[in-house]
Amino acid sequence: MQSIVKAALAATLLPVGPALAWEPTKPIEIIVPFPPGGSSDQMARTIQGAIQKNNLVSQPIIIVNKPAAAGGEAMLDIQKSAGDPHKLITTSSGIYMTPLATKLPVSWKNFTPVAMMAQDAFLLWVNASTPYKTAGDFVAAAKAANPPLKTGGNGSKREDHLISVTMEQAAGIKITYIPYQGGGPSSVQLAGGHIDANMNNPAEEIANWRSGAVKPLCVFSDKPLGYTQKITADMSWADVPTCVSQGLDVNYQMLRGMFMPGKVTPEQQAFYVNLFKKVTETADWKAYVERNALVPDFRSGDAFVSFLTTDEQKHKDLMGKAGFIGTN
Amino acid sequence: MTETSQTATEPGLSRRMVEILVALVLMGLAGLVLWDSYERGAGWDAGPQNGFFPARVGWILLIAAAAALVSAVRREDSVFVTYGQLRMVGSVFAPLFLYVLAIEFVGIYTASALFMAVFMVMLGEFRWWQTLLAVVAVPLVAFWVFEIQFRLSLPKGPVEAMLGF
Amino acid sequence: MDDLHQLMLGFQVALSWTNVMFMIVGVLLGIVVGVLPGLGGPNGVAILLPLTFGMDPTSAIILLSSIYWGALFGGAITSILFNIPGEAWSVATTFDGYPMAQQGKAGEALTAAFTASFIGALAGVILITFVAPLVAKFALRFGPAEFFGVFFLTFCSFIGMGKENKAKIVASLAIGFLLAAVGLDTISGDLRLTFGVSELIKGFDFLVVVIGLFGVSEILLTIEEGLHFKGKKAQIDLKVVLRTWAALPRYWATLIRSSIVGMWMGVTPGGAIAASFMGYGLAKRFSRTPENFGRGEIEGVLAPETAAHAAGTSALLPMLALGIPGSATAAVLLGGLMIWGLQPGPLLFIENKEFVWGLIASMYLGNVAGLLIVLATVPVFAAIMRIPFALVAPIILIVCAIGAYTVESSRFDIWLMLVFGVIGYIFKKLDYPLAPLVLALVLGDRAEDAFRQALLGSGGNLSVFFSNGLVSTLMVMGLALLFWGPLSAGTGFLRRRLAPARSAPLGR
Repeated sequence: MQSIVKAALAATLLPVGPALAWEPTKPIEIIVPFPPGGSSDQMARTIQGAIQKNNLVSQPIIIVNKPAAAGGEAMLDIQKSAGDPHKLITTSSGIYMTPLATKLPVSWKNFTPVAMMAQDAFLLWVNASTPYKTAGDFVAAAKAANPPLKTGGNGSKREDHLISVTMEQAAGIKITYIPYQGGGPSSVQLAGGHIDANMNNPAEEIANWRSGAVKPLCVFSDKPLGYTQKITADMSWADVPTCVSQGLDVNYQMLRGMFMPGKVTPEQQAFYVNLFKKVTETADWKAYVERNALVPDFRSGDAFVSFLTTDEQKHKDLMGKAGFIGTN
Repeated sequence: MTETSQTATEPGLSRRMVEILVALVLMGLAGLVLWDSYERGAGWDAGPQNGFFPARVGWILLIAAAAALVSAVRREDSVFVTYGQLRMVGSVFAPLFLYVLAIEFVGIYTASALFMAVFMVMLGEFRWWQTLLAVVAVPLVAFWVFEIQFRLSLPKGPVEAMLGF
Repeated sequence: MDDLHQLMLGFQVALSWTNVMFMIVGVLLGIVVGVLPGLGGPNGVAILLPLTFGMDPTSAIILLSSIYWGALFGGAITSILFNIPGEAWSVATTFDGYPMAQQGKAGEALTAAFTASFIGALAGVILITFVAPLVAKFALRFGPAEFFGVFFLTFCSFIGMGKENKAKIVASLAIGFLLAAVGLDTISGDLRLTFGVSELIKGFDFLVVVIGLFGVSEILLTIEEGLHFKGKKAQIDLKVVLRTWAALPRYWATLIRSSIVGMWMGVTPGGAIAASFMGYGLAKRFSRTPENFGRGEIEGVLAPETAAHAAGTSALLPMLALGIPGSATAAVLLGGLMIWGLQPGPLLFIENKEFVWGLIASMYLGNVAGLLIVLATVPVFAAIMRIPFALVAPIILIVCAIGAYTVESSRFDIWLMLVFGVIGYIFKKLDYPLAPLVLALVLGDRAEDAFRQALLGSGGNLSVFFSNGLVSTLMVMGLALLFWGPLSAGTGFLRRRLAPARSAPLGR
């Protein structure tokens, strides 16, 4: 991790000199491809607050929510705004998944990658009243279950659906995935016992975990989360084992990043890289990352692009295997 | 509220014609929906497929529109809108259409100023200074409320760009 | 008793000078965003959110929730005066509020709307104060099948009563469903009914359609009759408030029914929009003079406003107790809670007592402040009707255009608004009822999603809709309402069919 951050820093620092040459001349718009209140929206508003509180930019920051079509509309908007240096878009894996699933004519390759702010982990959550203690218990129960166990989540062909299908293939089980309109509803459905499991981000389940309604079985990352502060009486995020270590061979994390429209100048890009670098150093941001148990992983420049390229290929493979690639 | 009976003697568009036209357009839309839905699958595959409901609703619309068509043909004709009324409606609709068109090119603030001016001069009896006041004040107030206070970015054109927004 | 003690402590927190000031500022701001179509509670709250990061969380949430109250109040104003719903939940208010304004009773309609809002909110707050944990548990029992039951019940309570040509009612309902289906389908994750047009992928936003269908078309209809508004001679003194209040006790049954509907829909969370329609539908159904609805019946204003405000307020309960946002505004507030370092959820009531009870106390105070402020503005708003048409009409149309744009920041939506303005004009003249279309548009895709989610879970077995007491009750109540209408109206319908005169159009 440390070395990656250093590499990113190096990539960032190089263009810092010319960065001073460009300054925004009008309000900066951050487009959020999700509805107000969601986790991307919260990230954008935290960034907005951190920038304003610490006076990092002279121009105001405006947040615009464009949730339609799983973010497709927001991406079309950025695609059309080529050359506009006062527009940014927050991104998740949706940046490749939505175009792949819907065949919308957009691609991140036409955008300007600015920075990856962090990565978000996914966990396997079950209702606290169930007897499952490990991912193995869950898989065994899923094998025996008829009708199949139900998972639920963010929406069809989105990140957690992909995890659900990948889980089916990895463990040779059958699961019914029910798409809800977001992580919030799916969290409540799990607490209410209407589904057997979900694959939510830490932030989406922390309230119900603390109250004892749900419990995590494993995290779909290559190592446990780094937060050792106790969340419940006896467990912290770091105590949740990885799914791979429990014999469920599924590994998945989601990026949280920032893009600009295409055809902006390197000076403009460098300005924002620098800005977000500063944002990640603010106390507000650090508190936000910890609260949501994000995996800190700031990348910009080539480090970010190569991450995107690899990650997109991974999604193409997974989505291809899952049968999510759009045909219409 | 817009009963046409008192104006039935004046010449105007035939209501029957408009009824038939609307029913035909609705049937056309229903056809489009049916085509799109069956194209993607409107069956039942452990629960409805994504075209299932649109297709059923499409059939319902088709039948309802056909029924409306039949009753329109069978019933006595009346006046949908007199030509006099139509002219009045046109006198509002035409500037409105141009307004929306103008937003595409000069942004919403300049277009609003022009729209106010046209509307007040054509349809109202105001003194010149009243019109001028409204034409200047409305876009400025809108700008203050939306751009400055609520930080919303509305469509802008060359005038705003000149002023640095 | 312990709760009451906590509440008193809460009042102490909320009644500090700074907090009262925040409350008033919030309500005023909320009224502004509520009046402007397209801008709503979520915008107002979201815009101020970053400013509150440095504030004490209790003051911050008092400020932000007051915006919410203000927006709930403000939505009714343009609905009544210009037939333009300032908020989605005030669509049903236009059905009778606007005819009242046309009859010169704008003052009465506004007073009724505001007072009803206040009563609804009060019901919601009382619910939160006393039974929060209990009700919060109840919300957990709602799975997809139960949600479908709620939507089904809403449809059934609202439709089946129109006097228009039956084919046209059905057509209108169908159009609403189809408009709602356009765009990305949640369940399959595929686009549908977009025909490859990229502007259509975001679907038809409810507010854009409604601004066109109701607002723009109304201006076109008005102009036919000449260059003036019909409600010119509105009373504009404050006595109208007292006179309207004197008449309110007569409608106690409607107020109570709508409060219950609203609280139920807010908690479950069916939402304020569905609540307002259901409140209106039930009031009409239980009225002795249902034929007056749609022509300026004061009950038709009271019912949806009470229900919407009760729902809007109760929607904060699941947010606080479970961390589920019951509405878009609640979702933004929820984000705020986390940013201030509070964790919504069952533990909030234990870990942050002062915050929770301060907020609850501010709900009482904020709504009293809101009511006083909006009532004081009744004469001002009623006086708008006296401004010359040629000045007000273009301003209304400009506000409509801005409103349509701000919903999704899309220029295409302004064109859509224009198109729906023309459609609304033609439909109103041809007696195609607009209310079923709007209802289907706002609830159609949610009902379809819930239906399909339920069937996914049951493996395609339809018995899931009668699988437990809760969902069975909902479905049976819905079916009863659906068939009660035709049965009880049957005789009256026959009589009307025999009468030679064509029934007058209801307009909407």
